[in-house]
Amino acid sequence: MPNILVVEDSPTMRQLISFAIKRIPNSHVIEATDGVDALKKLSSGKVDLILADINMPVMDGLKLVSLVRGNPAYKSIPVIIVTTEGAEEDRKRALSIGANAYLPKPIQTQELIRLVNTYLAH
Amino acid sequence: MEKETGFVGKAEEFLQMFKKGEEFTKELLKENEKLRYRIAQMEESIQRSADEARIKLYENRIGLLEEELNSLKKRFRQVEEENKDFASKYIEVEEENNNLANLYVASYQLHSTLDFSEVLRIVLEIIINLIGAEKFAVLLIDEKTNELVPVSAEGMAVSDAPKVKIGQGRIGSVAKEGESFFSDDLAGAAELNPLEPIVCIPLKIKEHVIGVISIYKLLTQKEGFTNVDYELFNLLAGHAATAIFSSKLYTQSERKLTTIQSFLDLLKEKPRK
Repeated sequence: MPNILVVEDSPTMRQLISFAIKRIPNSHVIEATDGVDALKKLSSGKVDLILADINMPVMDGLKLVSLVRGNPAYKSIPVIIVTTEGAEEDRKRALSIGANAYLPKPIQTQELIRLVNTYLAH
Repeated sequence: MEKETGFVGKAEEFLQMFKKGEEFTKELLKENEKLRYRIAQMEESIQRSADEARIKLYENRIGLLEEELNSLKKRFRQVEEENKDFASKYIEVEEENNNLANLYVASYQLHSTLDFSEVLRIVLEIIINLIGAEKFAVLLIDEKTNELVPVSAEGMAVSDAPKVKIGQGRIGSVAKEGESFFSDDLAGAAELNPLEPIVCIPLKIKEHVIGVISIYKLLTQKEGFTNVDYELFNLLAGHAATAIFSSKLYTQSERKLTTIQSFLDLLKEKPRK
């Protein structure tokens, strides 16, 4: 059963992403409201994939990605960035820090499910 | 002499008989040959007619198989078409399903609270994340001044959003007429003009307009609107209006209730003194 950590400060987006992810058979969604909350959730259970926003209070998505990549226990977890930042330089920056994929909002549910399935299969 | 003549006669007679026998045998052999030839001809003819019958049979079978093959090919093409139909219908259903999920989440969130500022935050979230707008403002009608007053904004300061009289300019007209406005040029002007939105949606409770959502700029990656965006605009026009209106009333009534309660407490305290 894949555990997917959704890191999003917006309850609307968290619910929308969770709704989409639940369509992946046997998947389980863990919700976090920011980077710090995400690190807590990471330490308390097995996570197979992280979906993270960039602009969040307390700790943003890019800081979270760099901390995840720097931690031997989490560095192999795939991270997909889901953000309103659609500029090419933002995308390059996120990928250079260690994100596996970059999905600009508003998201296409099929594309999100396709990406999640791709990285869960890795 | 007589004896000799009789012997010669018998020999000749025998020779004659022998010759006749020879001729008869030759004729018999000839006849036999003819009969053999006839038999061979007949056998050949029988063989030929058997082959022809077999060929005819094979031709019939080939004909039937060809018919069957053609009908199978036709059926295959039909199934292929049906498959394509099913695939495109599946994609349509998937898309519809996703759109409904978006609308459900937006509607669920809008009605999840009676806190006015929380409702405004949810409206902003929907416009940013689900529609993909970068700069926009929410303006509500102030019944006392009959003006649209900005109450919330994203990508710009609330103070940068305009105060507009009902019926004045693009925004005022949308509030007066209750009809959405969509600019042909969604890219908009390079400089932000708060009076010239690219999209303006009235917030309506039935036919009563309580405010507008004025969008000035879309996210870079948002190239245009899809069907679900228009559905979201419709949803916002109705559900956001109801959610904003009811939360505003609730907040006001809460405030009034607190004031009344304070008065009652004060009145209760006085006789004790």
